[in-house]
Amino acid sequence: MNQKQTWTVIFVVAAALLTIRSFTGPGMAKVYVEDTRVSLKQSGEKEVDGVMKPVYEAVAPGTDGAIEWTAQSQVPPRVYYAAEAADPSQTAIHLSASRTIGVWVAALLTLFIFSFLYRDNPFYKFAEATIVGVSAAYWMVVGFWDTLMPKLFGSLVPAIVTANFMPGLEGKSDYWILVPAALGIMLLCRLNRGLAAVSVIPLAFIVGTTSGLKFVSYVESDLLAQTASTMKSLLVAAPAIGDQPSTGFSMELSIKQALLFIGVVSGLVYFFFSVEHKGVVGKTARVGVWYLMITFGAAFGFTVMGRIALFAARCEFLFDDWLWLIDPTQNRVVVETAVASVNALVGAMASSPWMPALSALGC
Amino acid sequence: MSRQLAIIVTLVAGVLMVVSGFIKPTEGWGEDVAEWFNILAAIAFVLGAANIAKVHLSKISARDAGWGFSAITLLAFAVTFAVGIMKVGVNPMPAFPNVAMSGEKDAGGSAFWWVYTYVMSPITATMFSLLAFYVASAAFRAFRAKNTEATLLLVAAFVVLLGRTFAGVVLTGWIPADSDWAFLRFENLSTTIFEVFASAGNRAIIIGIALGVAATSLKIILGIDRSYMGSGD
Repeated sequence: MNQKQTWTVIFVVAAALLTIRSFTGPGMAKVYVEDTRVSLKQSGEKEVDGVMKPVYEAVAPGTDGAIEWTAQSQVPPRVYYAAEAADPSQTAIHLSASRTIGVWVAALLTLFIFSFLYRDNPFYKFAEATIVGVSAAYWMVVGFWDTLMPKLFGSLVPAIVTANFMPGLEGKSDYWILVPAALGIMLLCRLNRGLAAVSVIPLAFIVGTTSGLKFVSYVESDLLAQTASTMKSLLVAAPAIGDQPSTGFSMELSIKQALLFIGVVSGLVYFFFSVEHKGVVGKTARVGVWYLMITFGAAFGFTVMGRIALFAARCEFLFDDWLWLIDPTQNRVVVETAVASVNALVGAMASSPWMPALSALGC
Repeated sequence: MSRQLAIIVTLVAGVLMVVSGFIKPTEGWGEDVAEWFNILAAIAFVLGAANIAKVHLSKISARDAGWGFSAITLLAFAVTFAVGIMKVGVNPMPAFPNVAMSGEKDAGGSAFWWVYTYVMSPITATMFSLLAFYVASAAFRAFRAKNTEATLLLVAAFVVLLGRTFAGVVLTGWIPADSDWAFLRFENLSTTIFEVFASAGNRAIIIGIALGVAATSLKIILGIDRSYMGSGD
């Protein structure tokens, strides 16, 4: 069977299973929202920083002159079921088409990425191309609304910004902001081949400030703080118990402190390449390597745990939010067919010859 | 000329930042310049966007292999940028209902929120979760207790993995928690590895990095290292 046929079979089977799943019981991947009508009307004015600003109060929907919109909040399916059971004609809680489509999009993109475990394929490439475009635009938008709008435009044209985009902003002109504005324009000159040389100046500013800031922060918070934490007495006082003050020193804590000190010093000796690693220096560096190996092993274990947790979260999304096969947070009426399947599986396991062994292991 | 000016700008900006870190009355300078830096970084995103557009448009126009994926990248970029900048689907803030664009750009239910929740977040989380398979596969092929160092790495990883899972707790659960041998329980061994050995190793690495960063920063500020200007100096 060639690759095309393999994919065709996978798709046909998956589509058939999803179709069956969609029409079994309450279906799958549905997101419900509750509508709340917000209706506000100006009730007066108050002075804020020397400027009169309107004050609004909530009024009944449909009031003359009120500004209204509908706010939606997501609710668990069980809330929708309860509302439907109480009043089948209610419309306040309803299916959200955009969010339901969103769950399908998220599930398909998740599967597209997982398809890379088989091999590189067009579905993975589609998801990859999408994330490149989306993430670039995402960070541009975040930069625009979180930095450029309040800090640059908010200082250059505060009246326009507060009137149209950020009414809560403390609008004060600050002409020092012209410096980064000018540097920013010079940076954009990089887009023009003839003016590209000008962009070296803002680049120099970025490199210079980063160097200065990093110099101070690394020396303060890493070099000095970590050294100070290491250079402590090797005899550690026993911790106080209740109201009883600490008496004597703790052997366990003292050994730990000594091991910590030896590890830091030997690790630093290993990183010191100005002296040849021979004799005492070589042996100390070797101890440092042992410590570093344990560090890397622990970091590896920790990373694997984190990635597996992420993988479990993605599986939970697929089986809970999308397929509605599990319901760990009791968000909806549990799908009866799934319950029946699980019960059948538990029954089969209980009667299997492996059960005594599993029980002995505490499973 | 612009190179000389660039070196002076680097020197002045760097020295000002260092001074503001040590002299109390100049502390505010650091905060102001850090804000300028953020503005410049936000403007620099435009360069990134222009680069993406240039690369992918040229691929599309040349009908290079995979040009369709370039079109998808540009489309995803354009849609996300448009809905984010225009705050599509964002309701006003209740305190300022008269200002239509006063709401948060990523308010629940908005188009930008939708893109983040249903496109960006699932893809990035799944990509990171894929690493579980590759890291495990690489470890299976590479981890061999060939010498002392490799054995230490293997044992540390094994203990940390077991110490933070139910299986590890069960395996050494028969050791009484209040006995003198309780430190041999996997969860306690895992804690000791992190608190003592990994902590010592990390401190050595952090101190080494800090010394490296301080030395490199000084070289850049004093104009000894000019590689950022891209001429191979």
